[in-house]
Amino acid sequence: MARRLINCTINGDPTDFLVEDGDSLLDALRNEVGLTGVKEGCGTGDCGACSVLLNDRVTCSCLVFAPEAEGATITTVEGLADGDHLHPLQECFLEGAALQCGVCTPGFLVAAKALLDHNPNPTETEVRFGLAGNLCRCTGYDKIVRAVLEAAAQMREANV
Amino acid sequence: MTIADDPATTAPGYKWVGTRPIRPDGFEKVTGRARFGADLMLAGMLEGSVLRSPHAHARITSIDTTKAASIPGVKAIITGADFPEPAGNPTDQDMCRNAIARDKVLYEGHVVAAVAATSKRVANQALAAIEVTYEVLPHVMTVDEAMAPGAVLLHDNMITKGVDPAPTEPSNVASRVVYQRGELDKGFADADVVVERTFTTKPVHQGYIEPHAAVADTTPDGRSTVWCSSQGHFAMRAYSAKVLGWDPSRLKVIPAEIGGGFGGKTTIYLEPLAVRLSQKAGRPVRLVMGRDEVFKATGPASASKVKIKMGANKAGEITAAELWMAYEAGAYPGSAIGAGSMTALAPYNIPHFIIEGFDVVVNKPRVYSYRAPGAPQSAFAVESVVDELAHKLGIDPIDFRLKNAVEEGMQAPYGPKYQKIGFRETLEAIKNHPHYTAPLGPNQGRGVAAGFWFNAGMNSSAVVHVNEDGNVTVVTGSPDIGGSRASMALMAAEEFGIDYDRVRPLVADTEQVGFNDVTGGSRVTLATGAAVVEACRKVIADLRGRAAKTWDVPVEQVEWVDGQAQHVDGSQPPLSLAAIAKGWARTGGPISAAASLNARGVGAGFSTQIVDVEVDPDTGHTQVVRYTTAQDAGRAIHPSYVEGQLQGGVVQGIGWALNEEYVYRADGTMDNPSFLDYRIPVASDLPMIDAVIVEVPNPGHPYGVRGVGEVGIVPPLAAVANAVAAATGQRFTDLPLSPPRVLDGILNGTDAN
Repeated sequence: MARRLINCTINGDPTDFLVEDGDSLLDALRNEVGLTGVKEGCGTGDCGACSVLLNDRVTCSCLVFAPEAEGATITTVEGLADGDHLHPLQECFLEGAALQCGVCTPGFLVAAKALLDHNPNPTETEVRFGLAGNLCRCTGYDKIVRAVLEAAAQMREANV
Repeated sequence: MTIADDPATTAPGYKWVGTRPIRPDGFEKVTGRARFGADLMLAGMLEGSVLRSPHAHARITSIDTTKAASIPGVKAIITGADFPEPAGNPTDQDMCRNAIARDKVLYEGHVVAAVAATSKRVANQALAAIEVTYEVLPHVMTVDEAMAPGAVLLHDNMITKGVDPAPTEPSNVASRVVYQRGELDKGFADADVVVERTFTTKPVHQGYIEPHAAVADTTPDGRSTVWCSSQGHFAMRAYSAKVLGWDPSRLKVIPAEIGGGFGGKTTIYLEPLAVRLSQKAGRPVRLVMGRDEVFKATGPASASKVKIKMGANKAGEITAAELWMAYEAGAYPGSAIGAGSMTALAPYNIPHFIIEGFDVVVNKPRVYSYRAPGAPQSAFAVESVVDELAHKLGIDPIDFRLKNAVEEGMQAPYGPKYQKIGFRETLEAIKNHPHYTAPLGPNQGRGVAAGFWFNAGMNSSAVVHVNEDGNVTVVTGSPDIGGSRASMALMAAEEFGIDYDRVRPLVADTEQVGFNDVTGGSRVTLATGAAVVEACRKVIADLRGRAAKTWDVPVEQVEWVDGQAQHVDGSQPPLSLAAIAKGWARTGGPISAAASLNARGVGAGFSTQIVDVEVDPDTGHTQVVRYTTAQDAGRAIHPSYVEGQLQGGVVQGIGWALNEEYVYRADGTMDNPSFLDYRIPVASDLPMIDAVIVEVPNPGHPYGVRGVGEVGIVPPLAAVANAVAAATGQRFTDLPLSPPRVLDGILNGTDAN
């Protein structure tokens, strides 16, 4: 099958890769670009483990055809830190023990970044609904919600 | 919040144990670096796919792979014929047949064949081209159907074990277990109130977010290296070897990071298939399950039917209990009916009881362990009835449990006497918690329930190395499923008296460290932790000896304090760990020690929980509005990860109580094999889960640890059902408490049960 060359920007870098038309963006990111921080938990858009920012919108990359990434700007968990300087969400997840197995963590971090980008001062309920598309089976969400609220507070303080 | 039991043992002035540092593997896991099962890619690696039965029960009459093999890019195809005849004990043989079907498929999703090809797309094309003809057989899907006279048999030669005399005819009942004490008639004669009900639960899945994955690279010398995500790579090696007919040592299993397991990743599925495909293809092969495969073919927890009769007197003493329990095993024997029976009445001191349990095969995936396997189902029945008895007697449900609670020295229903336990302390923690007396709103109800789990010890090995810079490497073979690296490092730091950051814990493969049983049974912090402590103490003994040699004094005059060797009378300048490491060439060479043990001193776990729910009278929807759990951790080495275990167990239990169930069509195929239709709790379903760590130190562990992973899932089923009963005035006995069921109960009553 003929493959198509896709050009886009991933985590700030111009990137190109070859895909078949039926490939998902998730498969392309993992297998062609090597960004295995993006996880597949279901392949049907139900678990959020494959969440990426696609043109600043949080998106299940398993539900996007890879050719749709042409010209797009994509952020994955690998793009959250600034060099060795972690994003406040990453710091707060670590400090708050908001991960156990860690496989859902990349998707949560990306979804939480999108949430805070749109709403820097969310209530607990807004965090819970903002992250309702991401499944975690280990934590019961308690420490995740607390970590996101704490990161939001730290980011607001830093921006004052 | 921590409740101290005995100040003499709970306030030993630890520097590191009980603190909350960042986990050693944390940075990898928040930056996407951590490599889970599906993340490995090797040069020349092929992608595989697995062909699974579309039928619940069928005889395989032929498999033709000719067309599939002719597709360009297909490198290997395997069927049951590529594996040796199942050997070993009956359980081993069942495992071999469950790994890949031979003559019969016993459930939808049972493996029939597998393909390795140059891409996943080609592998899937090949699957579609494999021609399998089936003779479809009638199926049985529930314990009622399977136990009925004349039921279709899954196994023609299965004679029920545990019945004397042994039955002469085969059946779907694999085994029967009985636990009893006293005289049941006398116990019920002593009762002033008796409650008798029947409870049912559906199959539920562990629901780990990471699907199973395995990469195998089999080399022409007949050895294979397997990378997989599991709760125990030594078990993966042993089980895969059985299916392959190999000696285990031909396999090297390297643990990937594990994306959740909850008991479901303590057995093999893909590993032996990947090894054989790789052997046939002569290249590495990766197999990764889709979510539908996870649901259809990996171990859910048993559906259950429990008939219970329990009596109590006016003084609030439980006088008698009679339980009949049947658990679905799935296609092969092996439900947790034994553990379910043993744990059912374990929290209470009851003079007269009988528990009769049955392990029943049905045409569903072979069940596997799920967090305190077997206990939540029986506790649902027992704790619901205990609640009802308390209400009928007009006694506070916590006081009723306190009146009957087991204590140290009492005999457990399954035999041994309880050692030091903290059940009463968890009950009192809940009773004294502000939650217990907080006002309730309209349509709200409050429920409490308790739970017991044995916890496990089993085999662990550890190696501790001192590096040339005086830092320490701690090597174990226990996969870290929820922060155990941090616990190992904290205990080692405490032993050496050095900073936590100077200890590097890692999980080694099957060839780099001694044998370790699975990360299961809530055993790792206890057993692997004990091995780490023992290895540290050996190293410290060595360090003292080296200091004695350096100072030319008897070793008895050297003590180890705060990370350095000190002379008892202070006559020598202390020698730090770094200084001893720097000079190791002069004192005997590199410094390390290993410890291997079969852990004793297991401390049983108890949990008491309280939940408030709000039930919408118009829709039957139940919202959990407040939840508090109190659990005896013995000693919390890293309290944040202990809280995480408590909270995670509770939420899985909430899912079991309210949402989760396998739904089957009439043809025996699963109707909801996706996270859309099999709905696990999401963040917006839940409140914060207040985790109260009770610490009644376990005298069997150097730091007082009890396992904490499992018991938290035991109480929630009944706690939620008791709360719904309080909110609606109706006693629900069938899970899940989905809105249609609850609405029907509100409108029409539940007394038909």
